[in-house]
Amino acid sequence: MKHFKLRLAIASALAITASLVYAETTDITVGVTLEPPHLDPTGAAAGAIDSVVYANVFEGLTRFAADGSILPALAESWTVSDDGLVYTFSLHSGVKFHDGSSMDSGDVKFSLDRARADDSTNAQKALFSGIDTVEALDSTTVRVTLSAPNGAFIFNMAWGDAVIVAEETIADAKTNPVGTGPFVFTNWVQGDSITITKNTDYWGTPARLNSATFKFISDPTAAFAALMAEDVDAFPIYPAPENLPQFKADSRFQVLIGSTEGETILSTNNKMPPFDNVKVREAMSHAIDRQAIIDGAMFGLGTPIGTHFAPHNPDYVDLTGQSNYDPALAISMLADAGYPDGFKTTLKLPPPSYARRGGEIIAAQLREVGIDVEISNLEWAQWLEQVFRGYDFGLTIVSHTEPMDIGIYARPEYYFQYDSADFQQLMVDLNAATDPDARSTILKAAQQMISDDYVNGYLFQLASATVANANIVGLWHNAPTQATDLTAVYWND
Amino acid sequence: MLRYSLKRLLSLGLSLLAASAVIFLTIEIVPGDPASYMLGINAQADTVAALREELGLNVSAFERYISWVGGMLTGDFGTSYTYRTPVVDMIGDRIMISLPLAIYALSLSTLIAFPAGILAASKRGSVTDVSIMGATQVGVAIPNFWFAMLLVVVFSINLRWFSAGGFPGWDKGLIVGLKALTLPAISLALPQASILARVMRSALIDTMNEDFVRTARAKGLSKRQAMWRHALRNAMIPVLTIIGLQFSFLIAGAIIIENVFFLPGLGRLVFQSISQRDLIVVESVVMLLVFAVVIVTFIVDLTYAAVDPRLRGRS
Repeated sequence: MKHFKLRLAIASALAITASLVYAETTDITVGVTLEPPHLDPTGAAAGAIDSVVYANVFEGLTRFAADGSILPALAESWTVSDDGLVYTFSLHSGVKFHDGSSMDSGDVKFSLDRARADDSTNAQKALFSGIDTVEALDSTTVRVTLSAPNGAFIFNMAWGDAVIVAEETIADAKTNPVGTGPFVFTNWVQGDSITITKNTDYWGTPARLNSATFKFISDPTAAFAALMAEDVDAFPIYPAPENLPQFKADSRFQVLIGSTEGETILSTNNKMPPFDNVKVREAMSHAIDRQAIIDGAMFGLGTPIGTHFAPHNPDYVDLTGQSNYDPALAISMLADAGYPDGFKTTLKLPPPSYARRGGEIIAAQLREVGIDVEISNLEWAQWLEQVFRGYDFGLTIVSHTEPMDIGIYARPEYYFQYDSADFQQLMVDLNAATDPDARSTILKAAQQMISDDYVNGYLFQLASATVANANIVGLWHNAPTQATDLTAVYWND
Repeated sequence: MLRYSLKRLLSLGLSLLAASAVIFLTIEIVPGDPASYMLGINAQADTVAALREELGLNVSAFERYISWVGGMLTGDFGTSYTYRTPVVDMIGDRIMISLPLAIYALSLSTLIAFPAGILAASKRGSVTDVSIMGATQVGVAIPNFWFAMLLVVVFSINLRWFSAGGFPGWDKGLIVGLKALTLPAISLALPQASILARVMRSALIDTMNEDFVRTARAKGLSKRQAMWRHALRNAMIPVLTIIGLQFSFLIAGAIIIENVFFLPGLGRLVFQSISQRDLIVVESVVMLLVFAVVIVTFIVDLTYAAVDPRLRGRS
C-alpha cells in the first residue's frame, strides 16, 4: 500500500510535468529503423534518405500528398502542349534555398540535366530518360521538352529522386543537404540521430514544429522499449507488428495503419525451367494461401493482391480470384504441365521479415502440392548479386516499394525476366497517353495481362503501421512514398 | 626488460602486417557490390557503372590494397563508400563511445570481481564462498542481451530512471554521457565480472598452495598477510590475461548490446558496413581492432614482466 502511494505520487508528479511540457511542445523525436547512408536523395536508392529529407528538407516541382495524389510544390502551375511533348512550369517566386540563395529556373534546369547526365548516379535515372531539353525561359519559367509523350511525367517529378538542388551546394549535400523545404538540416550525429529545425524563411506554409530529431533504432525490441519509455514520440514503419495490440490498448499511444506502395511478390524466374511454362506458374499461384501468409508473417497487416498494383489506387483491379487458394487444383495443373511428382527449386530470401517469415510459410504451402523448396537466406548485397544481377534463383520474395512501378514488367532483362511484346506495347501506349481515362484503361489492361500470365506470385500489399504519442496530429497514415512528412505535424495540447 | 620489449614489439609489427593482408583478402572475396547496394533495384546499368567509377572501384584489388595500407601508415583510412566521409572521422566518433563503454564495463567488472574473488578464496568452502560462486554461475549463464532487456524493462520502461538507449553525445556533459552508458556497461560487466571472480578465486587458491606461500607462513606470516603480500601478486598473471582478453572483446564485441541500446559504437558500425558492403570501412575498423588487440596483448605482456620478474629474463 505504501508502495502504491509512492507510485501514485510519482505518477501525479509526472502527469503535472508532462502536461506542462505538452502545452508547449514544438519538437518531436521520430524513430527510424535505418540510418541514411548520406543525405543526397538524388544519389542513392536508400529509402532511409527520403525518410528524413523528403518534403521536409528538399522539394521537387511536384510532390506526393498523403493519399498518393500529386500536388504542386515548387512549380506553382504548369501547362502541357497538345502533343504531350512540352511541359511549361511556372515556379513560385521568392523561394530561397536554406543558404539564402534564391531558387530559380536555373536551378531546375541544373537539377534535371544533372539527373539525366551520362555520369549521373541517380538511382531512378529512368524517370528523366524521356527528357530531350530543359530551358530556363525566365527566372520563374521552365520549359521541358520530351522526346516522346510521357503521361507519367508530372508524377515522376514528385519522386524524392527528382528534387531541386543548387549547383553551388550539391557537392556537399551528402553530409550537408541544402534544400528549399520547411525544415533546415541542422546536425547529424552519425550512428545516432539527425536533427532538422524549422526554416523561418520558408516560402510556403511554415512548419508548426520547431525541430525534429530522427533517431536510428534498428532493433525491433529496442524500438518497442524506446516508445514505451517515451524516448521517441513517433515511429513510422514500426518494425515489430507483434507489439501493435499492446500499443493499441495503451491510451498514451495511437496506432495508424495505412497502405504503402510495396507490392510484396513471390518473384519467379520466368526464364528458368520449369517456371518458363505458364502452366507451372499458374499451378503455383493456386498453391499459395495469401491470408495465411498475411496472418502468419505480418500479424494480419496487409491487403491481398492479385496483380502488381497498389489496391488504394483508383485504377486497381482486384484479380485475387484468378489465383485463389486451391491446392487440389494446383496439384492437377502441375500434373497436366508434366510434373505429376512436383519438382525442386530454390527460394532465396532477402533480410526483411516479410520475406524471411513469409518464405517459411510459402515453402510449406508449396511442399503441400509437391514443390520441394530449398530456402536460403541472403543479405541484401548477396541478394543483389545472385538474384537481381545474376538471375541465379528459382523463387524469391521481395516488396517492390516504388510507386507505380508496373513498368518494370516491360523490361525483359529485369530480374524476373518477363518478356512479352504485348505488355511492352501497352507501356509504350501508356506513356503516349495523357488523357486520364485512356491511361486508366491501359493500366487496367496491364494489370490483367500480368495476372493472366502469372508472371509472379502476387501476395499482398505491405501495410504501414505508425505508432505515435496520442497527442501528435498530422502524421501520414499511408506511405505513398518513403517519407516522414512533418510539414503539417503538431502536438495537440 | 628492453630486449623483451623489443622482441614483443617486432612480433607486434609482423602480426599487424599479416592481419592487413588477411583482412583485405577475406573482405574482397565476399560477394556483393557497394554501388549496386546503394542504387537499389530500379537503377540502370550505366548508373551503377558511373557510381563504381566515382567510388574508385574500377582499379585492381592489388592497387587498392597498396593504397589502403599506404594510406593507413600516414593516418589516412580512406573515404567511406556509402557515407562519403573520411573513415578516420567515423571511427573517431564511434571510438568515443566504444572505448569509454569498454573502460566503464571493465572497471565495474573489476570492482565487483576482485573483492568477490578474494573473499571467496580466503573463505574457501564457507557459505560466503558457495554463495559467491553460485552467483557467478548465474552471471555466466545469463546471456548479456537478455539481461540488458531486463534492465531496460525495469529501469527505463517502469522506473524511468534511464532512457531506453541512444547516446546524447559527450558535449551534453560527462554525467549525461555516463548515465547513457550505465545500463549497457552493467549488462556487459555482469558476465565479465562473474568469469573474472572465478578466475581470481581459483588462481588465488592455487597460489596459496605453492611452496613459497608455505615458506612465508612458516616465517610467521598469518594466512591473511601471506595472501596479501605474496599470493595475490602471483595470482595476477591469469587474471591479467583474462582482463586483456575481456577488454579486447569489449571494444569490438559489444555489438549486441549496442543494438539493444541503439548506441552508435564500433560494433554497430562494422555490422552496418558489412551489410552495405562498405568494404573500406570494414577493413579499416577490423584492422584497428586487430591493432587494439595486439596493443592490449603487448601491454599485458609487459605487465606480466612487471608483476613477475622471472619473465623478464626468460624470453
